[in-house]
Amino acid sequence: MFKIISKRPLNEAKTVIEFVIEAPLVARKARPGQFIIFRLDEYGERVPVTIAASDPVKGTVTIMVQPVGQTTKMLALMEEGDCLADFVGPLGRPTNMEGLKRVCVVGGGVGNAIAYPVAKGMHDRGIEVDMVAGFRSKDIVILEEEMRAGVTNLYITTDDGSYGEAGFNVTKMKALLDAGNKYDEIMCVGPTRMMQRVCEATKEYGVKTIVSMNPIMLDGTGMCGACRLTVGGETKFACVDGPEFDGHLVDWDGIIKRSMFYAEEEKAAEAHICRITGGVREHG
Amino acid sequence: MANMRMDKNPMPEQEPLVRNKNFDEVALGYTEEMAIDEAKRCLHCLRPACVSGCPVNVHIPEFIAKVAEGDFDGAYEVITATNSLPAICGRVCPQENQCEGKCVRGIKGESVGIGRLERFVADYHMQHGHKDGAPAVPESNGHKVAVIGSGPAGLTCAGDLARKGYEVTVYEAFHKAGGVLVYGIPEFRLPKAIVAREIDKLAHFGVKIVTDAVIGRAESIDELFEEGYEAVFVGSGAGLPQFLHIPGENMLGVFSANEILTRSNLMKAYLPEYDTPIKLGKRVAIVGGGNVAMDAARTAKRLGADEVYIIYRRSMEELPARKEEVHHAQAEEIIFKLLNNPVEIVGDENDHVTGIKVIKMELGEPDASGRRRPVEVPGSEYVIDVDSVIIAIGTSPNPLILSTTPGLEATKKGGIVADEATGATSRTGVFAGGDAVTGAATVIKAMGAGKVAAAGIDQYIMGK
Repeated sequence: MFKIISKRPLNEAKTVIEFVIEAPLVARKARPGQFIIFRLDEYGERVPVTIAASDPVKGTVTIMVQPVGQTTKMLALMEEGDCLADFVGPLGRPTNMEGLKRVCVVGGGVGNAIAYPVAKGMHDRGIEVDMVAGFRSKDIVILEEEMRAGVTNLYITTDDGSYGEAGFNVTKMKALLDAGNKYDEIMCVGPTRMMQRVCEATKEYGVKTIVSMNPIMLDGTGMCGACRLTVGGETKFACVDGPEFDGHLVDWDGIIKRSMFYAEEEKAAEAHICRITGGVREHG
Repeated sequence: MANMRMDKNPMPEQEPLVRNKNFDEVALGYTEEMAIDEAKRCLHCLRPACVSGCPVNVHIPEFIAKVAEGDFDGAYEVITATNSLPAICGRVCPQENQCEGKCVRGIKGESVGIGRLERFVADYHMQHGHKDGAPAVPESNGHKVAVIGSGPAGLTCAGDLARKGYEVTVYEAFHKAGGVLVYGIPEFRLPKAIVAREIDKLAHFGVKIVTDAVIGRAESIDELFEEGYEAVFVGSGAGLPQFLHIPGENMLGVFSANEILTRSNLMKAYLPEYDTPIKLGKRVAIVGGGNVAMDAARTAKRLGADEVYIIYRRSMEELPARKEEVHHAQAEEIIFKLLNNPVEIVGDENDHVTGIKVIKMELGEPDASGRRRPVEVPGSEYVIDVDSVIIAIGTSPNPLILSTTPGLEATKKGGIVADEATGATSRTGVFAGGDAVTGAATVIKAMGAGKVAAAGIDQYIMGK
């Protein structure tokens, strides 16, 4: 069993919740870019979540979760002191930081929760990091202080202009490139459509772009192939070959179609939680 | 006086058209009377060939003699002297190629039902318990061994070492121990409660199982040595599913057999109270002809598919699955499309599968494997209308340990190089066996390799 040490919402709208979990075996080796798989209880699904931070001394791992599906909504109802049945990792390959001197990290919405630890990890290693963190509106902004402290320059954008610079993160990224900023790499995490737009833009500028993918997964160790995607015409498994890939080689349409495969089941499950249990299981 | 009837006592089974709608075990097991009657068919050969056909060397005529006498506890002791997982072997071993394949009774009639008897003895023991209470636990010899993977190879290795007094810890990446026995083989062929009980018996001998531990990521083999383990056994299994590399393979509704079986078996997606979804259509094609293909097909049928096809490029004779499984599948109305080879998976504008295009094959000259090579019949392509496709053409060894352990030699196919006689690898103190070495094989071969490695580890540590 893996205990929830602490829990806090990361913004007023509570669209993202941070959990610190006691998981010493995972904490020891976790590196930016890797993920864990958790399971709520005996009946739960295996759900992959990126590692936001880890403390090998305390034996804790931090994850940031957006309650959108059945499992994440039920997780959001758990409190400090409650336990998760399973918490396994670190899985996937860590972010490659070799040879990088200057990077622009572009995050979108909750993707900033994944982008931030990578950005900070790079900055901690002496890489100059410009971070463009885009949000829909002010009430869902997360991790502002942490990002500001953790990177070289932080630019916050909101689609509706309610905070930071008005407009999309892609627009700001382009402005930085237009202003003559040179990056060894652009790292991008966010909703699939947003990552696709960033990649289309950076292709024009000829800047290498890495994206962090979060497809449907089951075992997370390369065994089932549920997370496969096409990169450069080849089939890759996000769990063992990724989760980070060259964004200019990713088949975006394929990914968008695959991600919708269980949409109906997810919707039905959600209706079920609300109507019957309000998120708490009757059994188990 | 031996029972000279030519055929085996038939296995009581659920009716095919009943069982293809439920996940309960298909074979129901012998009664005591059937077991005694079947045991009397053994001729107790002076040189029993059956034993040489058993990868874990079960003393078959001895246990059968005990069954014939009605001494089922005695029979259990004979079996478990060399086999730690009899309830599992009795169910899933391909006995027709092993012990039973060598039985002299098989020359003129049917062999003795050794597998069915083994299962009977193990089940009898589970129901009635040990007659003299739980077996004695050997005193610790103070030596620690780590086992990576809790599948048949790892469990056998752990069980054998624990009985010799070693302190064994098994590391399992999943949340449940058992490896392929829990994620791969379906409930209707191997009930998970039985696997759990066999594993509990190992715990009785002091084997510790740590789940949710991915060795190679969370900890390396070198770190295990630093923690005081004197030897490490790698039984991490076959991991990566192979795909066909034909157009349309990443469409929605195409799965690996591993995915479907893991969703159904490990995550229990067929039970409504479990959250994991499983989404198969009404017409399902399985590509492949092995046991995994049969398992996937029968699972699809039980999940409610109306038509389930096995698509295999050779003929019935070359089908690699156990004959018994093929018969079960046929009785359950699985449709066999033999001498058909997939060339493309076709779909609609949203990339949802609508069919699988196959080409007809005919058998030509024998190939390197000795089987007649299938050759395409030009212009014979046609489309079978399906809404799901399951690829069951094999897996390759899990690469995680090899890629994170310096000095471990690999085979061309990505397996770990291990000595067949001892399980020793190119790294001192590291042993390996099972699918991680050979690529996808059988439960009993993996158990045999676990057993060999346990002896190898014992010799290595005692000789230090």
